Amino acid sequence: MNDVAIKDLLYRMADDELIIGHRNSEWTGLGPILEEDIAFSSIAQDQIGHALANYGLLNAEFGEPIPDIIAFSRNEKDFHSSHFVELPIGDYAFSLMRHFLFDHAESIRYSMLTVSSFAPLASLAKKIKGELKYHVLHADMWVAKLGKGTEESHAKMQSALNEAFPYALGMFEPSKLDKELKSENIFEGETALQTKWLEAITPILERANLQLSNLPIKERMYGGRQGYHTEYLQPLLDEMTEVYRLDPAATW
Amino acid sequence: MVTQQQIYDVLATVMDPEIPTLSVLDLGMIMGVTMSDDGVCVRLLPTFVACPATSYIRANITDALAKSGFANSKVEMETELSWSSDRVTEHGRKLLEEFGLGAPVQIDGILSLDMIEHVNCPHCGSANTTLRSMFGSTLCRSIHYCEDCRQGFERFKPL
Repeated sequence: MNDVAIKDLLYRMADDELIIGHRNSEWTGLGPILEEDIAFSSIAQDQIGHALANYGLLNAEFGEPIPDIIAFSRNEKDFHSSHFVELPIGDYAFSLMRHFLFDHAESIRYSMLTVSSFAPLASLAKKIKGELKYHVLHADMWVAKLGKGTEESHAKMQSALNEAFPYALGMFEPSKLDKELKSENIFEGETALQTKWLEAITPILERANLQLSNLPIKERMYGGRQGYHTEYLQPLLDEMTEVYRLDPAATW
Repeated sequence: MVTQQQIYDVLATVMDPEIPTLSVLDLGMIMGVTMSDDGVCVRLLPTFVACPATSYIRANITDALAKSGFANSKVEMETELSWSSDRVTEHGRKLLEEFGLGAPVQIDGILSLDMIEHVNCPHCGSANTTLRSMFGSTLCRSIHYCEDCRQGFERFKPL
C-alpha cells in the first residue's frame, strides 16, 4: 500500500471535515429557526466526528500524532483543507448552499470509498455513508423549498450558488498522488468524484429553478490542498485552538 | 466458573446515557463476549460515528463488570462492521416507545426518505404524523409532530 498517498487523502478529507464542522457550529444559537439551529449543530457534530475518525486512522495505521495534536497544534500551512470550507458562514443562504454542495461531494466520496482496497477506510466509509444520507436529504429539501420559494428566497439561493460554485470546484483539486490512489484501487480520484458530483447536483438544482449551466467550470479555487489558504483560515485556527493553547498538556 | 450468561446479565444493566431505559444489549451494540485467564473481553459496536456517548458506554461497561466482581475486563471496539438501527431488539423498540421516542423502521440496508418521514406517534399510535426536522436533540433523534394528538415527539432515527 502506498502510505504517502493514503495519508495525503486522509488529511485532505479530515481537514475539510474539521474546518467545515467548525464553521457550521458557528450557527449554534444563531440559526434562523430552532430546527435549523439544531440541524446545523448536529451536522457540525457529525463532521467533527468524521474528522476525528480519519485523524484516528492516521494515528492508528500510520503512526501520526493523536487526533487532538493533529487538529490543534499544526500550523496553517500544514492544513490540507480546501478554500471552500474556510470561507465565513455568510448569510444563511450561503451556508445552506455550501452544505448542499459539500455534503453531496462527501456522500459520493464515501460511497466510492466503500470499495477501497485500504480496508480500514472502506469500513469507516460504510459507517459514515448512512449518516451522510441525512445531511444530503436535509440540504436537498431546503434547496428545493427556497429555490422555488419566493422571489427573494430564489434570488438569495442563486446568488449563493454563484458565489459558492468556483470554491466548491476547489474541493476537487487533483492531487499528484491521485494516480497512485487509483492504480492501487484505494480511491478513484478527485476528477472522477467531481464528475459524479456534477451529475448528482445538476438535476436537483434544475428542479429548484437554480441555474448552474451558465457558471464557468474553469474558474476554480485551488491551492488549499497544498497548504495555500484564504485569509480566513488563520483566524479560524486561532479561535478553534484558543483554549487548547492555554495549556497544551492539560488532561481533559 | 464464570458463564457468558453472568456477563450478559451485567451488560443488561449498562444503559445508553442518552436513553437511560435502553441497555447496550437492547441497542444491539454487543458483538460478543469472550472469557480467558486474562479476564472478560466485550466486543462493542459503536452506533453513530460522532456519538459522544460511546466513550461513556465503554467506561460504564468496565465499571459495571468490576462492581459485579469481574475485574480486569476489557472492551474492544468493533471497527469493521457497521451498526444499524435494525440491530435494536424488539424489546428495545418497546422500551423506546414507552420512553416517548418513536421506534426506527427496519431499513434492510437501504435508507429512504420515506422511512425517515413516516413513523407512528409513540403517544397515541397514530400514523398521521409529519417530519419536522431530520435532526433532533441528539445525533440519533429526529423531530416529528402528531396531527392527531397534536404533540411534538422525537424518534430514534433509522440508520
